[in-house]
Amino acid sequence: MKQVFGRPETLTSVPTHYCPGCTHGIIHRLIAEVIDELGVREKTIGISPVGCAVLAYDYFNCDFVEASHGRAPAVATGIKRTLPDSVVFCYQGDGDLASIGAAEIIHAATRGEKITVIFVNNAIYGMTGGQMAPTTLPGQKTTTSPRGRNVESAGYPIRVAELLSSLSGVAYIARVSATSPANVTKAKRAVKKAFETQINGKGFSLVEFLSTCPINWGMSPLEAMKWVDDKMSVYYPLGDYTRVPEVG
Amino acid sequence: MGEKVLMKGNEAIAEGAILADCRHFFGYPITPQNEIPEYMSRRMPEVGGVFLQAESEVAGSNMVYGAACAGARVMTTSSSPGISLMQEAISYVAGAELPCVFVNIVRGGPGLGGIQGSQADYFQATKGGGHGDYKLIVLAPASVQELMDLTVEAFDLADMYRNPVLLLGDAILGQMMEPVVIRERAKVDLPPKTWATTGAKGRPKNVITSLSLDPAKLEEHNLSLAEKYARISNEQVRYMTYMADDAETLLVAYGTSARIAQAAIDMARERGLKVGLFRPISLWPFPYDALQLTAQGSLRVLVVEMSLGQMVEDVRLATGNSKSVHFYGRTGGMTPTPREVLNEIERIVEEGI
Ligand SMILES: Cc1ncc(C[n+]2csc(CCOP(=O)(O)OP(=O)(O)O)c2C)c(N)n1
Ligand code: SF4
Ligand SMILES: [Mg+2]
Repeated sequence: MKQVFGRPETLTSVPTHYCPGCTHGIIHRLIAEVIDELGVREKTIGISPVGCAVLAYDYFNCDFVEASHGRAPAVATGIKRTLPDSVVFCYQGDGDLASIGAAEIIHAATRGEKITVIFVNNAIYGMTGGQMAPTTLPGQKTTTSPRGRNVESAGYPIRVAELLSSLSGVAYIARVSATSPANVTKAKRAVKKAFETQINGKGFSLVEFLSTCPINWGMSPLEAMKWVDDKMSVYYPLGDYTRVPEVG
Repeated sequence: MGEKVLMKGNEAIAEGAILADCRHFFGYPITPQNEIPEYMSRRMPEVGGVFLQAESEVAGSNMVYGAACAGARVMTTSSSPGISLMQEAISYVAGAELPCVFVNIVRGGPGLGGIQGSQADYFQATKGGGHGDYKLIVLAPASVQELMDLTVEAFDLADMYRNPVLLLGDAILGQMMEPVVIRERAKVDLPPKTWATTGAKGRPKNVITSLSLDPAKLEEHNLSLAEKYARISNEQVRYMTYMADDAETLLVAYGTSARIAQAAIDMARERGLKVGLFRPISLWPFPYDALQLTAQGSLRVLVVEMSLGQMVEDVRLATGNSKSVHFYGRTGGMTPTPREVLNEIERIVEEGI
């Protein structure tokens, strides 16, 4: 009999430390399933961020490197340039990628590094206890924007998929969420396409996940899913942002 | 013996890295070390290697981290302000025990400082710079030949101990032209990189991290680092002496300052003054015991540095209170002349201090 819902080979049996209703775990699973399906586990090297997913190396059953805050794309560049036949993916939060690591992601993307980035946008700094992120929505309350994000002083949230899509090195970029079975199916398709883009040597690929942080948002898991659909997806529309790369 | 060629210091470092089978170079332009990335951008493609101009020293040094994780022999080079930006990655590679080579062609500081040669990064190089309990192996060449030879050795030391190595030069050494003998590389037995993250094919997964949330585990890790550092301190102390046997006044200097000191010593000897030199080559591990022994027979010590006086603290640690330790230095990119050093020698000899 074929097993339809076992643990992917690319995941370990270590229980994750993620809070109930947090979509980090689902995202891990999708990546692991794609790596299994593509049969590349034995040549994959993952890079974990500084953020709630810092221990991702305990959960994935493939080689893993822990990077300093925001530098995963630079670390990935070093690995991929050493092992061009390997499959290299970064797993990064929004503080990690869009704030402290803004330079590294932009330059890895524009160089067309043949890596895949899984970008987990939960509009907050989860690990450090709910401070404002570069992706925190206007008016959203956090521990460092207690009256709600004031765009006059804190500026506007960054739309990473749109921003990076203008770069010619980007071969595939999409924004997805994991709030419903239908969205999860679409998300997995995007993750697979991103890895295939890398494997086919086409260039840089990134999938932005709108993700939940019920703990720091002060919501129940269900409310958090709804907030992603009702609020985040409005500011950050889901979809494929790949532009046909212009050469030169 | 290999062939003899005229080379610029910075190019000797680059070619030394190629000789050592370094095939990955990541760097960011900064004077006075631009010849190294420029040379590498030409040379790496010729030998099937990778040259990549990073977007910053922060990124470049983290590319070094990545390439080292993947098992490469990898190097980056920079000068003082750039090395400050690399301290994050340096702390991480030290914590994760990754072999790699950093080169600092030091210029005057603090801040943007200047572009002339300086030795004001001694503290940063030998006492930390980045956060945490760690040590870099720090080598201080004093000639173009040594720039090349110590670069080659740096890669072996890095692999041997799974530790980052820093080559500490300065703008004068980097720009200097001298004949160099390209030597046959000594064969060194090195441990296989079974820890590298190259893909978990036919083995359990490898993980490289410097994170340890359990303080007891982190302490255990740091104690194992301490054990390694003690081993390096026993095995890798390097220094040279010049006319030190009968020296009443012992100069202590490294790198460019050591060459200036040596010229001053020749002038002093012509005047009948018994002056000699102790030159640390490994700044970490610092040759404390050897210096103490060498200084035993002398009346006084004079430390010469291109800084406000940084190594002088290690010299005092080595000699203790038994010896008067003097300091002469210029800072900000100014270079002491042999004449100035001689004047200082004569002054302390005359005053009998
Ligand atoms: C250089 C540095 N600065 C700050 C921190 C503290 N820090 C740890 S995680 C984090 C924010 C992570 O937020 P995000 O990337 O959004 O990931 P999340 O936890 O939300 O998944 C910060 C600021 C650090 N570890 N290193
Ligand atoms: S703090 Fe937020 S992001 Fe982190 S595990 Fe909990 S819910 Fe997920
Ligand atoms: Mg976040």
